[in-house]
Amino acid sequence: MLNMELCGIKLENPLLLAAGILGTTAASMNRVLDAGAGGVVTKSFSKEPNKGYNNPTIAEVEGGIINAVGLSSPGVELFKEELSLINRERKTEKSGKNNPNKIAIASIYGSTPDEFNYVASKIGDLIDMIELNISCPHAMVGYGSAIGQCPDNTFDVVNAVKNNVSVPVLTKLTPNVTDIKEIALSAQEAGSDGITVINSLGPGMKIDINAGVPILKNKFGGLSGPAIKPIAIKYVYDLYEDLDIPIVGVGGIRTFEDVVEFLYAGSSAVQIGTAIMYEGLEIFSQINHNLIKFMEDKGFKSIDEMVGYAH
Amino acid sequence: MKNEYKILEIKDIIINTQTIKTFIFDWKMEKDEIPNPGQFMMIWNFNGESDEKPMSVSKIDLDNEEIGITVKNIGEFTNNLHSLKIGDELGIRGPYGNHFKLNGDNIIAIGGGVGMAPLRSFVEHAKSENKNVDVVVASVTQCELLFEEDFKKLGVNVFTSTDDGTCGYKGFATHRTIDLLKSRNYDMAIVCGPEIMMKGIFNILEDNNIPGQYSMERYMKCAIGICGQCCVDNTGWRVCIEGPIFSSEEIKQITEFGNYHRNGAGIK
Repeated sequence: MLNMELCGIKLENPLLLAAGILGTTAASMNRVLDAGAGGVVTKSFSKEPNKGYNNPTIAEVEGGIINAVGLSSPGVELFKEELSLINRERKTEKSGKNNPNKIAIASIYGSTPDEFNYVASKIGDLIDMIELNISCPHAMVGYGSAIGQCPDNTFDVVNAVKNNVSVPVLTKLTPNVTDIKEIALSAQEAGSDGITVINSLGPGMKIDINAGVPILKNKFGGLSGPAIKPIAIKYVYDLYEDLDIPIVGVGGIRTFEDVVEFLYAGSSAVQIGTAIMYEGLEIFSQINHNLIKFMEDKGFKSIDEMVGYAH
Repeated sequence: MKNEYKILEIKDIIINTQTIKTFIFDWKMEKDEIPNPGQFMMIWNFNGESDEKPMSVSKIDLDNEEIGITVKNIGEFTNNLHSLKIGDELGIRGPYGNHFKLNGDNIIAIGGGVGMAPLRSFVEHAKSENKNVDVVVASVTQCELLFEEDFKKLGVNVFTSTDDGTCGYKGFATHRTIDLLKSRNYDMAIVCGPEIMMKGIFNILEDNNIPGQYSMERYMKCAIGICGQCCVDNTGWRVCIEGPIFSSEEIKQITEFGNYHRNGAGIK
């Protein structure tokens, strides 16, 4: 019942693990797939290894967390080993065929179109899709949202990657812009197969009043969790009207009701991250279970019927 | 919010060895969560160069409402902690992770170096439940033996071993344990120390059919189960949530145990 397609790739359900959460190792991502996710997005990686920021990298706030992990990653060469170990292909006994209904999406970052292209070109056969992180709000100068806040830079990065890879490409956008439509259209024009919205909000800051300093080592970080959901819903709703390509909704999902809201707003699939800290890994199976019940109650036969229902 | 810091003054500092100090804090047991032996706290040092690391709780004093963390000076972060004085402040959040389970009557606790820290609070608890406890206190050399006197005061049998033979048995904790098992029987073991030592102890305890509980350490960032930094191969267990204490049966499934770990960038 939850089976669906995203950019031509089959998925057993619309729940994906969001980038930056439990995505550092294949073992961790396999555990998330076993827990019921239809797919995983890896932690973002680039050409070279990057240590990221020192702790504290995460601070809890009302309605979620702010984080500034700082794009820590082992670099593409070393991360290829992890990618190769993700259990995305399940062999079904009857057919003996690979049944890739659990998918792996590689989140990649860089500072130039060439760097994105270099990373993308190394991993095409190890994953099902690529998600371009041009939206991290706490990245180094010239990375992340520095690209995704500019339509021309967005076009150049998407275009460079699309010219060289055969797997579908999602472009993950930052909400921290004046006009997201212009940027999303730019990504679509450059050939992006889908749009992921939204990356974490802000950045924001939390000061510990007893310590008298900002908690995060980086001082500021991106806000995620239930608090940002209404903003994400609005972006999905608006972009659904403007775009011809599918939208992957992300931002504050914690319950099946949240998933329904994102689908109704116009998401074809959704990503879940921060809420794992409240609900544990059981969140995936719980939502799938409740989603089926909801669909039966309301008479929906497929996820597809629900996409954009609120328009 | 559960993960908010408590900013606490250092109430006392106990100098345990030349390189190890124990920091004591007031801890409102009723209001704050009572830590269990084996759990850890995230210690945020915002004095100077800000950083935060996980530390085992070595002392849980319910009567005086105090907790202690025991820190060996091995790098920049711990060196900065060691330079702090009584009255200086640290941020503490936790307790986090699972804990040692008391499920035996004749217990052996085996620790190496600063790995004695989580064992100390457990041994104290086990003695209060009138269990028989033997402790192997191991270190490289005599002046680095940790909590030997504390354990003796608790009335447990203490078996020291030093690599260089300056105190007690000359040799590794593994040799000391093999020797002890010739004459004594145990129905549970708790182990904490360098992973290479724990792997050696694991093999010995397996050979002797003694169920063990092992305290593992990995580079940590969030400590709340979402960043993925401390996940172990091939199970994907998070040391901050499913750990830091793993049973013998679980250790068998952790393929990286005693073999490798990942740094802050995720590099093995």
